[in-house]
Amino acid sequence: MINPMPKSIDRGPNLSAERFVKRYRSEKYFKYLGLFAIGIALSMLIVLTSSIIFKGHSAFWQTHIAIDVQITSEDVASISNANFRGITRTSIRSEFPEVKSRRDKKQLYKLFSNGISFEIKEYFFKNKIQSGGIYRVWVKASADIDMLRKGFINRDLEETNRRISDKQLKWYDQLDQEGRIEKKFNVTFFTAADSREPEQAGILGALVGSILTLFITLILSFPIGVGAAIYLEEFAKKNYWSDLIEVNINNLAAVPSIVFGLLGLAVLLNWFGMPRSAPIAGGAVLALMTLPTIIISSRSALKAVPPSIREAALGMGASRLQTMLHHVVPLAMPGMLTGAIIGMAQALGETAPLLMMGMVAFIVDVPGNLTDAATVLPVQIFLWADAPERAFVERTSAAIMVLLLFLVTMNLVAILLRKHFERRW
Amino acid sequence: MSKNLFGLIALFLLSFTSISEARDQIRIVGSSTVFPFATAVAENFGKTTSFKTPVVESTGSGGGMKLFCAGVGVGHPDITNASRRIKSSEYKKCMDKGIGITEVKIGFDGIVIANSKKSKRLAITKKHIFQALAHKVPVNGKLVDNPYKLWSDIDKSLPSTKIEVLGPPPTSGTRDAFSELALEGGAKKFPSLAVLRKKNKKAFKKIAHSVREDGAFIEAGENDNLIVQKLEANPNAFGIFGFSFLDQNSDKLQGASVDGNLPTFEAIAGGQYGVSRSLFFYVKHQHVNVIPGIKEFVSAFTNEKAWGEDGYLIDKGLIPLPDTDRNSIGSAAVNMVKLKM
Repeated sequence: MINPMPKSIDRGPNLSAERFVKRYRSEKYFKYLGLFAIGIALSMLIVLTSSIIFKGHSAFWQTHIAIDVQITSEDVASISNANFRGITRTSIRSEFPEVKSRRDKKQLYKLFSNGISFEIKEYFFKNKIQSGGIYRVWVKASADIDMLRKGFINRDLEETNRRISDKQLKWYDQLDQEGRIEKKFNVTFFTAADSREPEQAGILGALVGSILTLFITLILSFPIGVGAAIYLEEFAKKNYWSDLIEVNINNLAAVPSIVFGLLGLAVLLNWFGMPRSAPIAGGAVLALMTLPTIIISSRSALKAVPPSIREAALGMGASRLQTMLHHVVPLAMPGMLTGAIIGMAQALGETAPLLMMGMVAFIVDVPGNLTDAATVLPVQIFLWADAPERAFVERTSAAIMVLLLFLVTMNLVAILLRKHFERRW
Repeated sequence: MSKNLFGLIALFLLSFTSISEARDQIRIVGSSTVFPFATAVAENFGKTTSFKTPVVESTGSGGGMKLFCAGVGVGHPDITNASRRIKSSEYKKCMDKGIGITEVKIGFDGIVIANSKKSKRLAITKKHIFQALAHKVPVNGKLVDNPYKLWSDIDKSLPSTKIEVLGPPPTSGTRDAFSELALEGGAKKFPSLAVLRKKNKKAFKKIAHSVREDGAFIEAGENDNLIVQKLEANPNAFGIFGFSFLDQNSDKLQGASVDGNLPTFEAIAGGQYGVSRSLFFYVKHQHVNVIPGIKEFVSAFTNEKAWGEDGYLIDKGLIPLPDTDRNSIGSAAVNMVKLKM
């Protein structure tokens, strides 16, 4: 049965108390829903960061062992020629005179990082020691001992099931009782580049690589992007071609980043002959990737500048270029900077296009200029996450922390700049 | 200001073109399986010689070969690593570009099937592996979709738990080797498939290499550490990965014995453990004496201190070649003997 139509249609406001309550109620619900959504997002963030910090904080400390280094006055006199490998080994052996066989000696040396002879040399060099004798030097323990100290290796298991033998445990306990094992701040992590030995690996190489790469990205993509946006928004005639360009720019923003990597490989490396693995080539590819983001946000920033500003400037006799550069662009700058932040943050976290540019690589030297071989922070995280050594697990999380910190700093600078340019009317 | 900017960009463009003409650093590309070993040698080489530390890229065996065979000149890599032998198609590509190659076999890598120590150790045969993981298996002489749900459905000696295996995706070299050694090896044990192999190798390979898609085999990505973590969390699951990860996690994981042999260092080195492959690197002749240090790098790699039984590569999980092979391959490598196929 069809409901009969009401005779007269009363379209006046429904002012009943019942409807009032309902309206307020739905507003309240909406507010709770919003709070709930924010709560979920926040708790996810907290879970993520706390799990990273929980896993990674131990990487900022490194186990050190004190050894008494015996050095002759001849060796001290000519430090650069002294055989520190030999000096180190004799010093270690004299601590444990009962170790005789070749196999046992090898196990004994494995308590220490394999780079300690360099550390000891540096100690004598830095402290300008002039006379021979016995000096107590704190050197890095090997990654396995470090893991034992930090509790990641269970010493109660059978000998065959752990990476540290019973003998090594005995030596370790002996050193520990003498108070010669200590955790110290892991300076190497912040001063070295990658290494295959976890205790000698650091993040500085990747950090510098990221800074150099992003520098190139910024100086290429920001001026070009802003210039393109100004032209398209203010000068270009609206016709078939400008529509086509607009559609293409919007589509480019959604192209998977690996495609830009392939383009970079074909054009920048093979055609222009740019060096592989260099920040200049990687940065150029990332600039291509961030361009659409910057163009789109710069255009909407320009659109948001009230027309009255333009009209006033033109009315006072300014040329169109003067209107643009003196009035509209400074007002649109905060919005353009927001676009640049988003683009840069994307570029900072990108690995896929860099694979094609040869930046997914093992590089032990901190890059010094734009054409040196370099890697970037997310690539370093990826490589460490894939390494079999257990000590790289905590370093992976620590590297993520460094990446996040870098991101926050970068954004902070951009926000300060934006504050500086912001004008209210 | 904009003029300065253009000048700056022009300067960059000029600076890299001049720099790319000279290179004093060895460039290595290739397999992610050989990556940990090549990087260890590279680091050591940089520390102990006056040469620059080589740059080692992890591009995968196939990707490395592509870059390596692209041409001669400073823009192309000097050495490529591979977790399998060079294919004849790749060799042809290299020859077309006029590239002379030296092949160096560096050692072995075992592929293990492991589970958490919380469960019992598995003892299986290659035939079981094929039956557990293949898409189509012969039952009563007929090829049918894989009907096995529990390990005990295949053989009474196996545990009565669900078949759940985490393994690498088809893009990985580990997967290639696993398919070739374990799955093909198992498929051959069926008389009907063995006949097919003789008649039509392609059809046989297709059957042997297709893995079931009903959730019993889970592609877990290239990251072996991830598989290790998942196995710890799920004691009923098994994982397929390289021996060095088992070696590093021997306190948490155990390797299954295949055809009666446990995946131990000795069994893989001696060739008793059946699922193991050889690792290689390839050197470009034209770059020797042009890029400084290539010869020295090859001799550092083939030094007993590195790949010998007590060498540092062994600590990183490489399984060494037999003594006699090391001698002959090492001297051939240093003398840059050309590869002929």
